[in-house]
Amino acid sequence: MGIEGIGASVVRKEDKRFITGKGRYVDDIKLVGMTHAHFIRSPHPHAKIKGIDASAALKMPGVLAVLNGKELVDDKIGNLICGWMIHSKDGSPMKMGAWPAMAPEVVRFVGQAVAVVIAESKNQARDAAEAVVVDYEELPAVADVKAAIAPGAPQLHPEAPGNQVYDWVIGDEAAVNDAFSKAANVVTMELSNNRLVPNAMEPRAAIADYDAAEEHFTLYTTSQNPHVARLVLSAFYNIAPEHKLRVIAPDVGGGFGSKIYIYPEEMVALWASKKVGRPVKWTGDRTESFLTDAHGRDHVTKAEMAFDKDHKITGLRVKTYANFGGYMSLFSSSVPTYLYATLLSGQYTIPAIHAEVIGVYTNTTPVDAYRGAGRPEASYLLERMMETAARQLKVDPAELRKKNFITQFPHQTPVIMAYDAGDFNASLDAAMKAIDYAGFPSRKAKAKSEGKLRGIGVSCYIEACGIAPSKAVGSLGAGVGLWESAEVRVNPVGTIEVLTGSHSHGQGHETAFAQLVADRLGISINQVQIVHGDTDKVQFGMGTYGSRSAAVGLTAILKAMEKVEAKAKKIAAHQLEASEADIVIEGGEFKVTGTDKKIALPMVALAAYTAHNLPDGMEPGLKESAFYDPSNFTFPAGSYICELEVDPGTGKTTFVNFVAADDFGRLINPMIVEGQVHGGLAQGIGQALLEHAVYDGNGQPVTASFMDYAMPRADDLPSFKLSHTTTLCPGNPLGVKGCGEAGAIGSSAAVINAITDAIGNNALEMPATPDRVWRAMQG
Amino acid sequence: MSQVQLTVNGKAVSADVEDRTLLVHLLRDHLNLTGTHVGCDTSQCGACTVHIDGRAVKSCTVLAGQADGASVTTIEGIARGDELHPMQAAFRDNHGLQCGFCTPGMIMSAIDIVSRHGGQLDEATVRHELEGNICRCTGYHNIVKAVLDAAGRMKVAQAAE
Amino acid sequence: MYQTTYHRASSVDEAASLFAKGSEPKYLAGGHTLLPVMKQRLASPSDVIDIARIKDLIGIEVTGDAVTIRAATTHNDVANSAAVQKAIPALAHLASTIGDPAVRHRGTIGGSLANNDPAADYPAAVLALGATIKTNKRTIAADDFFKGLFTTALDDGEMITAVSFPIPAKGGYSKFPHPASRFALTGVFAVKTKAGDVRVAATGAFQGGVARVGAIEAALKTNWAASALDSVTVSADGLMSDIHAAADYRANLIKVMAQRAVQAAG
Ligand SMILES: Cc1cc2nc3c(=O)[nH]c(=O)nc-3n(C[C@H](O)[C@H](O)[C@H](O)COP(=O)(O)OP(=O)(O)OC[C@H]3O[C@@H](n4cnc5c(N)ncnc54)[C@H](O)[C@@H]3O)c2cc1C
Ligand code: FES
Ligand code: FES
Repeated sequence: MGIEGIGASVVRKEDKRFITGKGRYVDDIKLVGMTHAHFIRSPHPHAKIKGIDASAALKMPGVLAVLNGKELVDDKIGNLICGWMIHSKDGSPMKMGAWPAMAPEVVRFVGQAVAVVIAESKNQARDAAEAVVVDYEELPAVADVKAAIAPGAPQLHPEAPGNQVYDWVIGDEAAVNDAFSKAANVVTMELSNNRLVPNAMEPRAAIADYDAAEEHFTLYTTSQNPHVARLVLSAFYNIAPEHKLRVIAPDVGGGFGSKIYIYPEEMVALWASKKVGRPVKWTGDRTESFLTDAHGRDHVTKAEMAFDKDHKITGLRVKTYANFGGYMSLFSSSVPTYLYATLLSGQYTIPAIHAEVIGVYTNTTPVDAYRGAGRPEASYLLERMMETAARQLKVDPAELRKKNFITQFPHQTPVIMAYDAGDFNASLDAAMKAIDYAGFPSRKAKAKSEGKLRGIGVSCYIEACGIAPSKAVGSLGAGVGLWESAEVRVNPVGTIEVLTGSHSHGQGHETAFAQLVADRLGISINQVQIVHGDTDKVQFGMGTYGSRSAAVGLTAILKAMEKVEAKAKKIAAHQLEASEADIVIEGGEFKVTGTDKKIALPMVALAAYTAHNLPDGMEPGLKESAFYDPSNFTFPAGSYICELEVDPGTGKTTFVNFVAADDFGRLINPMIVEGQVHGGLAQGIGQALLEHAVYDGNGQPVTASFMDYAMPRADDLPSFKLSHTTTLCPGNPLGVKGCGEAGAIGSSAAVINAITDAIGNNALEMPATPDRVWRAMQG
Repeated sequence: MSQVQLTVNGKAVSADVEDRTLLVHLLRDHLNLTGTHVGCDTSQCGACTVHIDGRAVKSCTVLAGQADGASVTTIEGIARGDELHPMQAAFRDNHGLQCGFCTPGMIMSAIDIVSRHGGQLDEATVRHELEGNICRCTGYHNIVKAVLDAAGRMKVAQAAE
Repeated sequence: MYQTTYHRASSVDEAASLFAKGSEPKYLAGGHTLLPVMKQRLASPSDVIDIARIKDLIGIEVTGDAVTIRAATTHNDVANSAAVQKAIPALAHLASTIGDPAVRHRGTIGGSLANNDPAADYPAAVLALGATIKTNKRTIAADDFFKGLFTTALDDGEMITAVSFPIPAKGGYSKFPHPASRFALTGVFAVKTKAGDVRVAATGAFQGGVARVGAIEAALKTNWAASALDSVTVSADGLMSDIHAAADYRANLIKVMAQRAVQAAG
């Protein structure tokens, strides 16, 4: 590695604009003649819309239009789609009701948009929204997943009888039954995985600008994948054909999954912009984030694990109810199925697994992928099970895990995934060493003598990420391919622009991606510019989610780089009158090995563009593109161990130590990787201790602001001790695996395992609030 | 409508605004200082933090009128020309930011923390004092590191002056 | 926020007369309760009368018997006042636990008391210390001031000008913060007066807002020690119950926070 090459903790190029207040987020953009939208949202979880009277609002100052769901449907704006087809065990396709961007007839969750006011100013739009009278007829509502499938429950969509979207299964049921019938020990648990609100700090926003002369739309939006947004807006929502729609995602203030989806507000802004003939801006407030950003998790599960007399796992049986909310969001159907149940083997050899997942509609905000998506739910389940099993079998939890670790690779699990590489003992050993696992009993005893309850909890996670192989996901029902594209342009002066379909909203692509180029050419990252987030600049891309940018996006850049280098070498050889095979690239120069003949990159680039002296038949220019579609997922894995104390008087948890040992394959920029882990850990710990999106029995949200929804703050968290073990990913030439979600996937179970260890009661649900912990301590 | 006159980043400014205008909107919409962000509607996230007369405040919870006559410093006003404020530099060097959305508010709060505590800062104090600033990306680990690093740098800078 | 008219008063009398002229006026001190409520469109005062810069309303005086804090003094100034830290350390400590630094730079004691949020911190100090609320019209004893949720003895347009806290023999405050809002999920202020009386007030816990806790006062009167509360049970009747804390948990917190307050008081 050079000082700016692969493996170097290079300070981020993008930071300067953020630390000086010059970042450019959607809400920072002003267009000439811009108007402002304010949405009128349902206060009811379930209701019929009997009428909307906008007459008073239309007379208010600055109001240009009040538009509703009926008009939207009349204008043939398409319904929101769910892009992953799942089939139930009886072979029938999943059952879905329509989701128009604004409800024309029925609302199914609090916050669903029914109309929009367009006005000259934000305040005017909001003032006028209060004058719009919506006549609702309230309907009975249901928020709880089990209540929703009970007989006699309020019904959301006629298309989905019993509120059931699908009843999906995976695995070999007979083999599992057999394992249980022969089991020496069986561990059974009921678990819930609490509903979360993603809460990227930048609320969603959109500006739509319609050019009537060109019949062309421009959309500025807070998106993790502007190209997918354009595709969906054109192909399914009838906004405009792709060549008449430009989507720009400028700086985006965090996503965590919630900004993958194309939301009603973008669709309405585009449609309204054409209607009023002016640019339309909408910026959500935090309350709207709570009510309308796709939520995460929300599972209720019964799990059983069978062990033989040697404490080897012989079978796993899982039944999960997944709460989808009032509508099926873009990728929601895949989350509790292919992103969840396929990871139920964890780091363990489990000969037989069977899982059944029942997807259910409720009168709550739609649920979709949120950092980790399905994998945190799987990991939490398994790691709570392993800890519980160890307690039940009276063996050390780390030892029980080691006994069952997969040690031979590749390893085919009974639930689709084929793990390519890993060393699970190495990461667990590293974590145990980092926390001095052996010394814990004496620390616990000492704490006890001081009146404190100390606990330790282990969690060993694996995830499948680098969300890709298009063929594989296609065969499982995905509506899109999951490759990535890149273009590398060497300018005539030798500087380089890399166009990527990945999208950075905090992950540091402008630096890490430039490091690859710098590494290959031996130049400074300052000579490399990463271009992303604009469909007019980058031809196509699938965006950033599922920790896929390095494994898929960066490999696409590598492929394009290889083409650029090959051509540049030809040019250099021609210029130097040497053989192409003798050219090496070093320090920004093309050298003939064994001689002092060389030519600098800018001269090669210039030669390519002047085209005065190129090899015969060569096209001028130095620009190449590539698409990369990997052959498998990548499998980051690791071990987290948490040591904490519980205050016996109040049930409050305080961290003593939190260690993480991850295997992400090759690290491009360790500093950025560690930052990703820190953030993921915070979200997983937040889920374990603090965060919970709660609805009352009637579907009214109880936690729709930071006043009630507890976000992790600096003083809720410890400093983390990170380390890395490395097995290179054989599935891509860089050997990288992806690191964006690991922390969120692996940490929750470590925390709950530690608290239950401290208090000596295993019955504890997330979030482990002081009240719940105190209650569990009472027995 | 009223006219407000104040000093922003050392320059006298005046604007005609509705009385209900919040300081953050005066800054963002009227003065085009979009580095100050809005991340919540309940005065809790701190993305909007600026200094009024040298003290960190949440500009989403101050009327423009209340700031009339005051001196306001925003994230755009802390570097000296091309020379970053030590807190800005420390955030960059310690990777104290990812998406950057909370960052301006974090930096403004952090400067206030260091100036109130002098060099007497430890990790626990920094974590406690950052209570009013929410970050969803970094897990705070590197933010805390950055603040402690900057505290050292600012002490050195002060000693040099 | 709805339209409103902003005024800045330079004296208490000017503020009162501006108030008298408005149709639905409100005083505005730190604005850290009023503005969030106005932003949510849950309040729509015709006029807001800024009293935060009135010189007579700012400052702290400490005598041998009492700490007097003027109404528009910020939480930050109380928390960092050397005089308060010396005279009633628990009061300075309480102020340092309110919100976050930016909130403490704006929020005022007068605004907090006039608002009487059931989870606010200052009411616990006022009630436990037996403070006197001074207004532009009269003085009101702590025991007569708090009238239930967000309700006080203040008349329409009556302005708090200062609060006078008798210096106790011992006093301690212990707060268990709400995990989301960081207001008091339960906070207990325990006081032993110079006359030997014991007063204990809890905030964040009672459905009716801040209140004294008789069972704890009785036990501490017999023996001013945390251990004196070991056998005391606080009734869950009349306590708030929500997703963060059920009534019985709050009852437990009242006891535990009282023990810690006594420990802190020394
Ligand atoms: C993020 C955040 C966190 C907070 N955390 C806490 C906490 O942990 N604990 C806590 O106790 N509080 C907390 N608060 C509330 C904070 O302390 C408020 O500042 C305080 O409650 C109100 O004071 P103010 O000066 O801001 O009043 P304002 O908002 O200006 O006024 C509040 C009300 O009091 C009236 N009023 C103001 N001054 C007077 C006066 N002198 N006489 C008569 N009426 C008057 C106003 O008309 C208004 O009705 C928090 C606030 C925020 C925004
Ligand atoms: S925007 Fe001001 S605190 Fe969130
Ligand atoms: S860096 Fe994204 S919220 Fe803090």
